[in-house]
Amino acid sequence: MTTPPPAQPAVIMRDVVKAFAARRILDDFALTIARGEFVALLGRSGSGKTTLLRILAELDTVDEGTVLAPRNRSVVFQEPRLIPSERVWRNVLLGLSRRESTLARAQEALAEVNLADHARAWPHTLSGGEAQRVALARALVHRPDLLLLDEPFAALDALTRLRTQALVHELWHRHRPAVLLVTHDVDEALRLADRVVVLTDGKVGLDLRVDLPRPREGAGSRFDDLRTQLLAELGVARPSSPA
Amino acid sequence: MTVQDSRRAPGELARDLPASDDPAAAERATLAAPLDLTDLSRRRNAPGRRAGLRRARWLLRGLLPVGLVIAWQWSTSSGLVPPTTLASPKSVLEAARDLIADGELQTALRVSAGRALTGLVIGAGIGVAAGLVAGLWKLGEELVDSTLQMLRTVPFIALIPLFVVWFGIGDTPKIVLIAVACVFPVYLNTFAGVRGVDRRLIEVGQVFGLSRTRMITRLVLPNALPSVLVGIRYAMGISLLALVAAEQINASSGLGALVMNASNQIRTDIVIVGVVVYALLGLLVDLVVRLLERLLLPWRPTIVKS
Ligand SMILES: Nc1ncnc2c1ncn2[C@@H]1O[C@H](COP(=O)(O)OP(=O)(O)O)[C@@H](O)[C@H]1O
Ligand SMILES: [Mg+2]
Repeated sequence: MTTPPPAQPAVIMRDVVKAFAARRILDDFALTIARGEFVALLGRSGSGKTTLLRILAELDTVDEGTVLAPRNRSVVFQEPRLIPSERVWRNVLLGLSRRESTLARAQEALAEVNLADHARAWPHTLSGGEAQRVALARALVHRPDLLLLDEPFAALDALTRLRTQALVHELWHRHRPAVLLVTHDVDEALRLADRVVVLTDGKVGLDLRVDLPRPREGAGSRFDDLRTQLLAELGVARPSSPA
Repeated sequence: MTVQDSRRAPGELARDLPASDDPAAAERATLAAPLDLTDLSRRRNAPGRRAGLRRARWLLRGLLPVGLVIAWQWSTSSGLVPPTTLASPKSVLEAARDLIADGELQTALRVSAGRALTGLVIGAGIGVAAGLVAGLWKLGEELVDSTLQMLRTVPFIALIPLFVVWFGIGDTPKIVLIAVACVFPVYLNTFAGVRGVDRRLIEVGQVFGLSRTRMITRLVLPNALPSVLVGIRYAMGISLLALVAAEQINASSGLGALVMNASNQIRTDIVIVGVVVYALLGLLVDLVVRLLERLLLPWRPTIVKS
C-alpha cells in the first residue's frame, strides 16, 4: 500500500506583519493550512485572532508579508449578520448568481443545518442558535475551499453550542473545506480540530497536532495532556490534578 | 423589618450570642434567625384587571374632550358667547351638513388635497433623490449636502411673498411652497438612513462578493427605507402646514378660500368646519403612513408584533 501524497496547501502566510497604531498585532507571523485541514486558532483576548481571520477574509490588509488563500472562501462571524429585510432562504443565497439562486438550492443548504422548515421565516424571528445555523448554511452554500469561523459558538448557550459544534464537524466531514476556527475555548478546539495553533505575541506560540480518534469525547489522558499544554501556553495555571 | 435590614442581622446576632469563637456555630445561629419575607405573589396579574384598566383609561381620556364640548354647547346656546365669536356645536354640524349637501366642501377638499399631494410627491421625490445622491456618493455629498443644509435654515413661510411674485396667485406658488417644505425632512432622513447602514452587513456583502449595485439594492436601500418613511411621514405633516399657510395668503378655491371667506363674513361655524377638516386630513395622512410602513417593512419586529 502506498502512502497518499501530502495534501496541497489551502492557506500560506509568511512573514506577515500587521500593526494598529504602531502596535504589532501580527509580527513575522507564519501559518500554513492544508486542503481539508481543520485548524483551531486559540489566543488570549486581544491577541489578534479576529485580525488574522479578517486578513484571510480580505476585510483587512497586511502591512508586510505574503498571504495566499483560495478564491472561494466563506466566513461565519461571531454574530449571525443576516440581512434583516430578507427572508431566511434569500439570506442563504446571498452572493450566488441569479441562475444559482433557487429556492431548492437554499432549501437543500437549510436542510443540512436542520432548518428546512424556516426557509420563509424573517431573521428576527429566529433564536440565536438558529440564526447562526443560517449563517453556516449561507457560508456552505458556496462550497468554499476555505471556511473561516470567528468564535461562531461564543454567543450560544452551552447546550446549543455543543449541538452546533457537532453540526460543524459533520458538515466539515462531508464537504472537507479547510477550516480556520477562531475560538477561546480549549475543549472546543481539541474536540473539533486536526491542529490547534496558539497565537502569542503576534506569532505562533504553539502548534499542536491533535492525534486523537474522532468522534472525541473530551476526556482521556491524551486529551488532558494536550489541554494542559494549551492552557500553559495561554497563561492559565492549572492546579495539578490529583493522582 | 425589610429583607434588606435582615441582612445586617448576622453580625448583630453573632455579637449577641454567648462568647463563642466557633465560626460554624455563628453561621448556624445566623441561618437559624428568621428572615422577614415579603409576599410578592399578593399583587396578581388578574386577567380582567388590565382590560378593565384599559376601558377605564379610555373613559378617563374621553372625559375632558366631552366635557369641553358640553361646555361649548352650553356657553353658546345660553347666549354667554355670541355666535360671531364662536358658533355652537349644533350650528357647526348644520354648516357641515349644508356644505356637504351642495358639494362645496367636497370640491374644496379635492382642490386642497390635490395641492398638498402634488407638492408632497414633488418634494419627497426631490428629497429622496438628493438623499440618495449625497448618501451613496462622496462627490454627491460635497455637491448637495452643504447647500441643502444652508437652505434648510430658511423658514419656508418666509418664501411665500417671493413665490407670489414669481408664480402668481394660482396653484403653482402653493404647490412649490409645499414641495420646498417637504424636501428637507425627506432629504435628511434618506441621507441618514443610507449612511446608517450597518458596517458589519457591508462586510458580509464584501465576503460574499456582492457587486456595488447589489450591495445598494440588497443592503443599503432596504436598510434606509424605514428612515425614508419617517421622513415622508414628517413631510406629510409639514405639507398640511404649508397648505394652510399658502391658502390663507390668497386662494380663490379650496379649503383655505372657504375658511377665509367665512372668516370675512364672520361665519365662525364654517371656519370651525374648515379647521376640523384640516385636522381630519392630518389624521388620514397618519393612517396612510402607518399602512405604508406595514406594507413596506414586514421584516421589522415592532411592526410584526403590533
Ligand atoms: N480597526 C482597528 N483599529 C485599531 N486597533 C484595532 C483594530 N482592530 C483591532 N484592533 C486591536 O488589535 C488587537 C487585536 O484585536 P482582535 O484581532 O480583535 O483580537 P482577538 O480577536 O484575538 O480578541 C486588539 O488590541 C484591538 O484593540
Ligand atoms: Mg475576536
